[in-house]
Amino acid sequence: MSVRFEQVSVSFGHRAALLQVSATLEAGTVTGIIGPNGAGKTTLLRAALGLQPVSHGTVRVLGKPLTEWPREALARAMAYLPQGGEARWPMRVADLVLLGRLPHRAAFGPPDLKDRVAALDALARCDASPYANRRMDELSAGERARVLFARALATGAAVLLADEPAAYLDPSHQLRLMELLREEARRGTAVGVTLHDLSLAARHCDRILVLQDGRLVADGPPPQALADATLARVFQIARADDSLGLGAFRRL
Amino acid sequence: MGSRLTGGGDRKAVMDATTVSFLQTSLRHRARWLIVLGGAALVFGLWSFLLGSADYSPHELLTGLVTGKGAAGIIAQEIRLPRAALALIVGAALAGSGAALQGLFVNPLAEPGVTGVTSCAGLGAVVAMYFGLVTLHPLTLPAFAIAGALVSAAILYALSKSGAGAVSLVLAGVAIGSFATALTALALSLSANPYAMSEMVLWMMGSLKDRTLNDLAFALPLTAVGLALLASTGRGLDALTLGEEAARSLGVNVTSLRARVVLGVALATGAATAAAGAVSFVGLVIPHLLRPLFGHQPSRLILPSMIGGAAMVAAADVALRLIAPDGQLLLGVVTAMLGAPFFLWLILKLRRQP
Repeated sequence: MSVRFEQVSVSFGHRAALLQVSATLEAGTVTGIIGPNGAGKTTLLRAALGLQPVSHGTVRVLGKPLTEWPREALARAMAYLPQGGEARWPMRVADLVLLGRLPHRAAFGPPDLKDRVAALDALARCDASPYANRRMDELSAGERARVLFARALATGAAVLLADEPAAYLDPSHQLRLMELLREEARRGTAVGVTLHDLSLAARHCDRILVLQDGRLVADGPPPQALADATLARVFQIARADDSLGLGAFRRL
Repeated sequence: MGSRLTGGGDRKAVMDATTVSFLQTSLRHRARWLIVLGGAALVFGLWSFLLGSADYSPHELLTGLVTGKGAAGIIAQEIRLPRAALALIVGAALAGSGAALQGLFVNPLAEPGVTGVTSCAGLGAVVAMYFGLVTLHPLTLPAFAIAGALVSAAILYALSKSGAGAVSLVLAGVAIGSFATALTALALSLSANPYAMSEMVLWMMGSLKDRTLNDLAFALPLTAVGLALLASTGRGLDALTLGEEAARSLGVNVTSLRARVVLGVALATGAATAAAGAVSFVGLVIPHLLRPLFGHQPSRLILPSMIGGAAMVAAADVALRLIAPDGQLLLGVVTAMLGAPFFLWLILKLRRQP
């Protein structure tokens, strides 16, 4: 139980973004968080990270309530890849990935050998080593997304939360990304990832949380969480006849 | 499985060796440029010290500076030293502020002059000076300048928080700057000062003429505190490159980071403006020139910008005295003549980017 949400509610003004959500992200598993736009997927991740104050309930990270975590220690325990992130200065790729090591570094002085090894290892795992010394503005959007993902991996956190990491990637890189998440889980990391692509989620996640209007409406292994009834109710879609084996859906 | 692990280990080892060597060369490369900048600052500072209307040899001036004896000693300690040292301090303050503001706003156009911070500091200084507040305590001059800078920096801060883009930031700076300049003119007209017009020009363009040891004594510690604050923000500003949420998830206290930048800029720019008037564009030109040499991440630019800015202002102060030895050319004129075309060019360059 790396991250545990206990009756967590978040409201923006009068609108409830999350309503009494209780769920866990387990170590060593990839948990997909799905739901229509505005269902509260990002809010759930932000609440787990302490970026979004919760109005009710408790978030526990590694057994300890979020409020008791010192800022730096929490940054070492949880890595976050925000949606559509970009490097806003054209930094060198290796330097950008090293930013993931900030929570580990002493107040002053250059990164030590451990930081560099972690950064390079993360780059290598994301197949981004060839451009370690290039500048971010010299890379394609897909390449940049992989570097930013490597930045999150470089932290070596016990919990990795990624918001729509597959959004700007071509299919082959999407698959590679899901493999990477799986590899990361195999190392014992609790991986939480929001996804829009249901087939991707069904095929690559161990567990799936389905959110609708801030409520957790399904929680379980993919076949169970993505049952026909749930799909119809939450997404207004149904599995289509699929002679090509593409995992297609049609609108209801 | 075993072979896979070995393969991974080899890959890691090879990569590590290349990057370690790369990081070392890049470190050496940056250290070399830092020495070049420091050397330039030293040379122009010394040149500024040796330059003046009174005809003394460098040897006489330098011994005078140490001993303080004779006419050469008085000139060296009370006229030449304040001017040369203030040139370095003002340059370091403005360029360091520019580098930090650019990091905070993630905008290469942010700079104390362009964003109106120096104009507001100038307004504060003029109010303190021409309404007799300076006679209460000499510290009121820099204090008012810093307060002025703080007001404009706080407005910009609020704008940046509300997500204002590069252009709106600069436009807001223009509005703030023009307003402060108009109020400065008004304050000078109301102050029953017969030299209001000529004084106004001095404040608006900036000058290091006739500075005293007193000016230096106030500018040095205040600027030092401001720059120390800015130097502490490097890492946080680097993290901000990834966006505010990612920075927070990396353990950066973004609120404190913003406050430190705003306060550091206000202290450094305010103290510098109280001593030299509103000198523009130093904070724009220097970080931009140094980016190709030191890299784009903010932490790499703050210290080099301070040293480079010191060199630039000292050089400008030397140049204007070589061009017009009668002291008619103002410091801000020289920096604006270099900086304004540069600013335009930068805007055109940014427009071409998506």
